[in-house]
Amino acid sequence: MAEVLVVVEATREFGVKKVTLEMLTLARGLGTPSAVVLGGPGAAEALAAKLGEYGAEKIYAAESEEIDGYLVAPKATVLAELVNRVQPAAVLLASAQEGKEIAARLAVKLDNGILTDVVGLDADGTATQVAFAGSTIVKSKVTKGLPLVTVRPNSVTPAPAAATPTVEQLTVSVTDTDRLAKVVERVAEQKGSRPELTEAGIVVSGGRGVGNADNFKLVEELADLLGGAVGASRAAVDSGYYPHQFQVGQTGKTVSPQLYVALGISGAIQHRAGMQTSKTIVAVNKDGEAPIFELADYGVVGDLFKVVPQAAEEIRKRK
Amino acid sequence: MNIVVLVKQVPDSGADRSLRADDNTVDRGSANNVINEMDEYAIEEALKIKEAHGGEVTVLTMGPDRATESIRKALSMGPDAAVHVLDDALHGSCAVATSKVLAAALGQLNADLVLCGAESTDGRVQAMPHMLAERLGVAALTGARKLTVDGGTLTVERQTEEGYEVVTAATPAVVSVWDTINEPRYPSFKGIMAAKKKPVKTLSLADLGVAPTEVGFEGATSAVVEHTRRPPRSGGAKITDEGSGGVQLVEFLATEKFV
Repeated sequence: MAEVLVVVEATREFGVKKVTLEMLTLARGLGTPSAVVLGGPGAAEALAAKLGEYGAEKIYAAESEEIDGYLVAPKATVLAELVNRVQPAAVLLASAQEGKEIAARLAVKLDNGILTDVVGLDADGTATQVAFAGSTIVKSKVTKGLPLVTVRPNSVTPAPAAATPTVEQLTVSVTDTDRLAKVVERVAEQKGSRPELTEAGIVVSGGRGVGNADNFKLVEELADLLGGAVGASRAAVDSGYYPHQFQVGQTGKTVSPQLYVALGISGAIQHRAGMQTSKTIVAVNKDGEAPIFELADYGVVGDLFKVVPQAAEEIRKRK
Repeated sequence: MNIVVLVKQVPDSGADRSLRADDNTVDRGSANNVINEMDEYAIEEALKIKEAHGGEVTVLTMGPDRATESIRKALSMGPDAAVHVLDDALHGSCAVATSKVLAAALGQLNADLVLCGAESTDGRVQAMPHMLAERLGVAALTGARKLTVDGGTLTVERQTEEGYEVVTAATPAVVSVWDTINEPRYPSFKGIMAAKKKPVKTLSLADLGVAPTEVGFEGATSAVVEHTRRPPRSGGAKITDEGSGGVQLVEFLATEKFV
């Protein structure tokens, strides 16, 4: 069976990201998955066990300071070289900022089509995408070159399939044009123990109804009790209640968790764009006419400052 | 500094949007068409740089006739001129082909800095800045929440999953901006009047030296096979809190096995 390249997404802190396991799972439907680690020296070793657990038969490791020190261009160069050499059946990347950017460069380098925000992939390379705020389902195909797709996190359930991957070190040779955008500083911001927003199984979001930044503690408390991530609507972010990186919706993140809890969020179409494909949606809002109730599987019309503390207390009781 | 801002006309993200039944392209006929929201932040950033360092701001759009509306709207914010890449053969172009056309247009415009929004609200692909940088052999600094210009050096701060990064490059470069970078100005009455007289140059594929077979449906590198409307979600149970709303909520979560 032909190789399918899966470009690994990982963090220093937590290792392989869940979307990588989802991609390995999807890749097995098209061929034999090979994981590609593009990172600094020693990046692959820490990830190998997990990648094998989800079916990576091979790991290509491109490890160099040059890969880490510049914005995406060196990664695309290394990947293009690998694609030309092994002629894979498909290339999968994560549909996050970096994955999309590498894919964009790869598409131009190889004069190859690109499909982003893919939520499903058939054996013949036909991809399923969700468009226009979740209102339209699109089936697409790359018609020139190989299927080059970016996969949206939380699209499939990762399924383990043990393999013992062989590791092949790639020679990293980048060009001068790959060194044009230099990363001069990386600042880690305190994240705490909450799961990453786009990967979380449960997301608890607050909107304008939360009222102020301090009150977001209530949203955080419920998120922590449910083991979820915290999100915010644009109205809440624009009002300065919560940082922008947690914004859900148009111009923010797209999430697709098992459970989405909307607190004090009216449900403008721009917000729905980022959460409409959540499996179960629960809403608390004092306005019974708020559009969020049109999509909520369970809605409570009421004061969130009464409902949420009571719900938190009840969860504690049941634990 | 010679700045070119990429502006795309998109169907209003606040309205109902769809793909056309006949050729699977974005339906621009039924929707209210507007400037892609994030492009307004790119225009604002360009104007701020011009105000601080001098230079000229040109708007570059590829799109059908009706995109003229968005060009005039963009010009009313303050840019000096616009270039409209207009050719019937462009209908149905994919991102890869679009980047070929825009790169050819940029090749004629001698920009020190190309600014654009980080993504469009219709496709949300986020590919264009890196595709253009790849074709032009220049740097791409993407997703900027802050941009500093110091002579020929650009410094960008961009949000990442783990925090943020500071990235620098020399001009010429492509920079895409997020909506956290500034607050776009509203066009003034004077600006709207002035926009009507500003030069808008139209370029065809022939002007750009791109063959019609390289773009449109014929040159597309991907295709929509089919599309269906997703059945709208229907609301489920809705209760009014009469003192036990929180407990009832948790009961629902328990039935669904989230608690």
